Amino acid sequence: MVNNELLEIIFLTLRVSGSALAIACVLGIPFGLILGSEEFRGKKIIQLLISTGMGLPPVVVGLVVYLLLSNQGPLGTINWLFSPSGMILSQSILAFPLAAGFTSSAIAAVSPKLIIQIRSMGTTSWQEKITIFSQARNGIIAAVLAAFGRIISEVGAVMLVGGNIEGHTRVLSTAIVLETRQGKFAFALSLGFVLLGIALLANSLTYYFGGQWEK
Amino acid sequence: MTPNNIFKIENLEKKYGERKVVDIKNIYVNNGDFFVIVGPSGAGKSTFLRLLKYLEEPTNGDIYFEGKKLSNPLDVNIQRSISMVFQRPEFLKRSVFENVEFPLWIRGKKDNEKVEKVLGQVDIGNLIREKTSSLSGGELQRLALARAMVVDPKVLLLDEPTANLDPYNVELIEKIVLNLNKAGKTIVMVTHNVFQAKRLASSAGLLLNGKLVEVGSADTFFNTPKDARVKDFLEGRMVY
Ligand SMILES: Nc1ncnc2c1ncn2[C@@H]1O[C@H](COP(=O)(O)OP(=O)(O)O)[C@@H](O)[C@H]1O
Ligand SMILES: [Mg+2]
Repeated sequence: MVNNELLEIIFLTLRVSGSALAIACVLGIPFGLILGSEEFRGKKIIQLLISTGMGLPPVVVGLVVYLLLSNQGPLGTINWLFSPSGMILSQSILAFPLAAGFTSSAIAAVSPKLIIQIRSMGTTSWQEKITIFSQARNGIIAAVLAAFGRIISEVGAVMLVGGNIEGHTRVLSTAIVLETRQGKFAFALSLGFVLLGIALLANSLTYYFGGQWEK
Repeated sequence: MTPNNIFKIENLEKKYGERKVVDIKNIYVNNGDFFVIVGPSGAGKSTFLRLLKYLEEPTNGDIYFEGKKLSNPLDVNIQRSISMVFQRPEFLKRSVFENVEFPLWIRGKKDNEKVEKVLGQVDIGNLIREKTSSLSGGELQRLALARAMVVDPKVLLLDEPTANLDPYNVELIEKIVLNLNKAGKTIVMVTHNVFQAKRLASSAGLLLNGKLVEVGSADTFFNTPKDARVKDFLEGRMVY
C-alpha cells in the first residue's frame, strides 16, 4: 500500500520534473545560445532579467502561476490549477532562466579569437554555431544540471499550484513537507533519501555521458 | 590584369580611429611567390594579413583575389581558398586529429588519410590522438600549419609563424613552408625577423608605420636595396 503510493509519488515527481526540465532546456538553451553569441538591442536588459530570474523565489512564481490559472485568472479556462500540467508550467518558468543564463555565459566564454580563426576557415554560420556550442559543452551540461537541481528540490511552487493532492499532484518534495508536519520523520527522511538518490543518479548519468561525449 | 596575379592591392588603407595603420599603394602577389613583408613590431603586418583575408574591411582601397574584388562578407569559396596561420593560433578543445579534420569537415570532405599525411608532414604524426592542451609551443605552431595546409589552399598567409620558437622548430617550420612553396604554393608571410625573410622569400618588402617603403625581388631587396631605411633595417641599425 505504502509502496504503491510511494511509487506513484516518485513517478509523478519524475514526470513533472522531467517535463519541466525538457521544456526549460528546449527553450532555454537556444535562447542562451543567441544571448551569448549575438549582439542586439535590449540585450543588456534581457541579461538582467535572466540573471534576476535565476534567483526567482519559487513561492512567488507559484503565486503568480496560481493567479494566472485560477478560475478568475486569464488562463482559468484551461483548468490547470491543481494539476500536473500547472506544476510543470511553474517549474519550467523557474528553470528556464537557469538553462538560458548558464548556457549564455558558457557560450560567451568561448574565446572570441578562436571564433574568428574558425570563421576564417570558411565556416557557414550554422557550422560556426554548432562548433561554438560544442566548445561550450561542459558549461551547457552544467546549465542542464543547475536547472534540474532547481526543479527537483523545489517545493514552494508545486505546493501552491499543485496543492499536494494525494494520488494526483503529490510529489516527493511536497510529500516530505506533509509527512514532517504530521511527525512521520522516518518516512519523511526516507523520501528525502529517494530525492537525493534521484539527484545523484541524474548527475552521474550526466557526467558519464558528458565524459563519453568528450572523447 | 595579368591572370598570374593571386593578389592585387590598390591604395589599401586601414584606419583605427584617426590612426592610419596600413597605407599601401600598389602591389601584386604572383602565383607561386613566397612574398615576405618584414617590419618592426607595430608596423601593421598582422593588420595587413587580416585585410588580405578580409577579416577586417579596408577603410579605403581594393584587394583583388584572382581578379575578383573582395567585399564584405567574403565569398565563402574565396575564404576557403586562403588559409591563414595566425600569430597566436587558437585550437578547438579537441584532439590534434580533430583540429586538423575540422577544416575538411567544414567542406564536407572528411578524410582520415589526408589528416594523417599532413600531420606526418609537420612531424607530429605521433601526437594524433593527443589533446591540443598537451602540446608544446612548437608542436602547436606546426599543428596550426597542418590545419592550414590540409585543405590545399591556393594561398597560405603566415603571421610570424616561428615567433618565440626554439631553433629546432624554426628550422623545421622553415623547411616545411619552403617545400610547400617549391611545390607551387603561393605564400604571403609577415615577420620581424630579417634573417628568416632572407632565407625564405622570393620577393620581399619592408613595412614601416603601415607604408611599404620598398618592394622587390628577394635578390634586389636584400642585396641592393635602394631605400636607406631598408638598408638600416636589414643591417639592424633601425631603432625601434
Ligand atoms: N583592432 C585594433 N584597434 C586599434 N588599433 C589596432 C588594432 N589592431 C592593431 N592596432 C594597432 O595597429 C598597429 C599595427 O598593429 P599590427 O598590425 O598588429 O602590427 P604588427 O603585426 O606589425 O606588430 C599597432 O599600433 C596596433 O596597436
Ligand atoms: Mg603582428
